[in-house]
Amino acid sequence: MAENNQEKGITLEMARDMLAALEEGDSDRAESILEQMTLANDSELFQKLGKLTRDLHDALAGFQIDSRIVDLAENDIPDAKERLNYVVTMTEQAAHRTLNAVEESLPLTESLESQLKSLGNSWQVFRRKEMSSDDFRSLCLDLDAFFDQAGGQMKTIHSDLSDVLMAQDYQDITGQIIRRVIGLVQEVEANLVSLVRITGQKFTSGTDMKDEEEDKIKAVGPAVPGVDTSEVVSNQDDVDDLLSSLGF
Amino acid sequence: MKILVVDDFSTMRRIIKNLLRDLGFTNISEADDGSTALPMLQSGDFDFLVTDWNMPIMTGIDLLKAVRADERLSTMPVLLVTAEAKKDQIVEAAQAGVNGYVVKPFTAETLKEKIEKIFERINS
Repeated sequence: MAENNQEKGITLEMARDMLAALEEGDSDRAESILEQMTLANDSELFQKLGKLTRDLHDALAGFQIDSRIVDLAENDIPDAKERLNYVVTMTEQAAHRTLNAVEESLPLTESLESQLKSLGNSWQVFRRKEMSSDDFRSLCLDLDAFFDQAGGQMKTIHSDLSDVLMAQDYQDITGQIIRRVIGLVQEVEANLVSLVRITGQKFTSGTDMKDEEEDKIKAVGPAVPGVDTSEVVSNQDDVDDLLSSLGF
Repeated sequence: MKILVVDDFSTMRRIIKNLLRDLGFTNISEADDGSTALPMLQSGDFDFLVTDWNMPIMTGIDLLKAVRADERLSTMPVLLVTAEAKKDQIVEAAQAGVNGYVVKPFTAETLKEKIEKIFERINS
């Protein structure tokens, strides 16, 4: 009991002693007992403050040790900005490529249509046997010219349509990049949640975000110029060279 | 010639399908990742596999390894068409027994060239 009371700082005994000293008129003794009582109180306050300081220190240290957060802020977020910029560039290029092909082909289909209409009209005149020999000669020349032209124009339209087809590959490539950025956003969110937890009432250790060694062959999606530079081939020729060096 | 095209993006599957059609291949099936592709390969009589690498659940490289490990499928020609462009990955694919590797974005000519090369080798 006595020990417990001592830990609590001010004891009943101390108070009685002080009262007795005052009653006896011994102010020196009373003062010294009061000093003891204050000291006991102070040391308890200091202990509490010390524990609080240590908690705060541990929390901050634990947070800093979690290098993933530093890495996120220093590398991944700027990386993500670059990746998203690349998405903007790629979608813009794909849109222009599609529009270019359409703008080239549309006039060709219009000219083919009008040529067909005019040849069709002449053909009907010929079928009704209403065509003069001069007009027939001119129709023959027109047909020759049309056959020459139409073949080339159809080829251009086919190549434009193939171009429109290929331009759609942006959806896959940008989709993969955006998915990767979404993953990053989720990670940042998780880290923010743990930051809130740390600065809140209860501290939980920040070891749940492990800095994993990156798997060398793990699928990471398209290489983004200026962001992914290490050990990434830049085009199909590089792939072919590497494969042929492996005996392919 | 029965071909299976595997990619998690339907747009890319359509692009590859159209390119293959342009090259004269018309019997084409689709799957959206390795885990759906493998049972199709095991139960169907496919002659050629074109697959992406980065896909959910089962990736293209794992699908390639599973195909090579399956007695009945082990000799099937496999073309990887992928945005994965790290040297380690290309080496890994080569070691796993890939027959061709095309990096995205690719041209219609590249795809045609690689497919022709694969069949040239098989027929020779």
